[in-house]
Amino acid sequence: MTDAPQETAQDAQPARRLEMRVRPTAPIVPPSNVSGNALMLVIAIMAFLACLTFGAVNMVRATAASWQSQISREVTIQIKPDDALDMEQALKDVRDLALTFSGTRDGTIVDKAATARLLEPWLGEGLNIDELPVPRLVIVTINEQSPPDFAAMRVALAEKVPTAFLDDHRTWVDRLVAMARTTAFIGTGVLVLVFSAMVLTVVFATRGALSGNRHIVEVLHFVGAEAGFVASEFQKHFLKISLKGSVAGGFLAALFFAVASFWQGRSIATPQSDQATALFGTFSMGLTGYLGIAATIVVIAVLTTLTARFTVMRTIHEIDLIRSDPSRTDQLPDQ
Amino acid sequence: MIHFENVGLRYGMGPEILRDLTFDIPRRSFQFLTGPSGAGKTTLLRLLFLSLQPTRGIIRTFDREISTIPRDELPMLRRRIGIVFQDFRLLDHLTTYENVALPLRVRGKEESSYRADVLELLKWVGLGERINVLPAVLSGGEKQRAAIARALIDRPELLLADEPTGNVDPPMARRLLSLFLELNRLGTAVVIATHDLSLMDQVDEARRMILSQGRLDIYD
Repeated sequence: MTDAPQETAQDAQPARRLEMRVRPTAPIVPPSNVSGNALMLVIAIMAFLACLTFGAVNMVRATAASWQSQISREVTIQIKPDDALDMEQALKDVRDLALTFSGTRDGTIVDKAATARLLEPWLGEGLNIDELPVPRLVIVTINEQSPPDFAAMRVALAEKVPTAFLDDHRTWVDRLVAMARTTAFIGTGVLVLVFSAMVLTVVFATRGALSGNRHIVEVLHFVGAEAGFVASEFQKHFLKISLKGSVAGGFLAALFFAVASFWQGRSIATPQSDQATALFGTFSMGLTGYLGIAATIVVIAVLTTLTARFTVMRTIHEIDLIRSDPSRTDQLPDQ
Repeated sequence: MIHFENVGLRYGMGPEILRDLTFDIPRRSFQFLTGPSGAGKTTLLRLLFLSLQPTRGIIRTFDREISTIPRDELPMLRRRIGIVFQDFRLLDHLTTYENVALPLRVRGKEESSYRADVLELLKWVGLGERINVLPAVLSGGEKQRAAIARALIDRPELLLADEPTGNVDPPMARRLLSLFLELNRLGTAVVIATHDLSLMDQVDEARRMILSQGRLDIYD
């Protein structure tokens, strides 16, 4: 009687000892291997490039829109000098007349000093504006949304001051609009190309990484795993890889814009910053930019996960095809 | 349980590897499948495991004609069959314990519900001290035993083993054979493909299925 409980205790001891030694169950798909790490790096690089392109295109579009808006916000009235004309009075008359039209906001006469500064690059310093027959300007700010009737204004100005000429910058605006549209179109084209390259790279890299795991799919299939189970195991694994890669790439792109914006803010009014601003605009991403980066990360994650799922399902389908067509057996290792 | 009727199989346009096979694998039966190399033993095992369809003839598995079974129902049928591959097919990143527990894991069972059973089986096949070892570290014989344990863990109704004692010494071969016999006594039908005559001699009551030039002769 006394032996029985002792035996039970002795039996239980080794069992407990063995149980203690079992390591936490590893995932069915190996968490990291060379192909997985390579895929993560490829995804990170593609996410970085895609986010960078998205941000750059966003910036170019904003800059183009800003050029267009700045130039179409003003019109200029030019008055050519004439012996019979009191220039200063004519400037005031023209400004007042222009401001009577609805759609105008403000009128500024470019004074003699400012006119001299404008001509300084060509005629040099110390220019006496009264000695030369230099045209004078009135700059009128207009409402972009409902601009004044330029044709009527031209007629009224010609009646009041025959040498006055209204320049609504239409030629420049048209050119800038065309340029801005072309720039935005090219930018969108580049964005589409980069995204297409990203999609293809991610799809092929995922398939490449999966091909190294085909033996796992086969073993799972042969131990009775359902296709959905196998696919979900691989989906989980590739979702983790793609999230790590795309978040790293997206974060680096956002960091790039944040650092560039910080540098631009710090070095404002320096030649380098002014040149960069003139060329690229401001490096601020804005909410749209950050949303775009987040959307890119989501797109990459979904893409990788779906590719993994379809590839696994297709592998299982191929195994089943081999089953029904023995001539294809050479595609599987000997069983 | 398994019924073959005039089964023939050829790969592509090649000659028939198996010809006019007609036989039964009854429930609780024990049989050795033997024959010269290239006779088609592995192919016959694959037919039994539902990983191939015959080019002619009828195969009924668990009372169902296999050509009519939809693809998505195959996993459920495979769960009733345990198989020991000649090349083991262990997953390199999983430990011996995890490899053996794999069939239970894919069935969605909780680890706590099968841990004791897996450990006990591993102990029985002599791998009690190797539970946390990866396959790369195991010897050929140990891999063989791990593969056998994986096939047995869910008490299959049919066990198929391709050269299961090919990589073990005679004492371990006898031990593994006794494991198969014990499983057979518990109700599992066993088919062992082997070249090992001494192994077959140890079980007088086993059927002998001899494949030669694509034809099968059965000695009860």
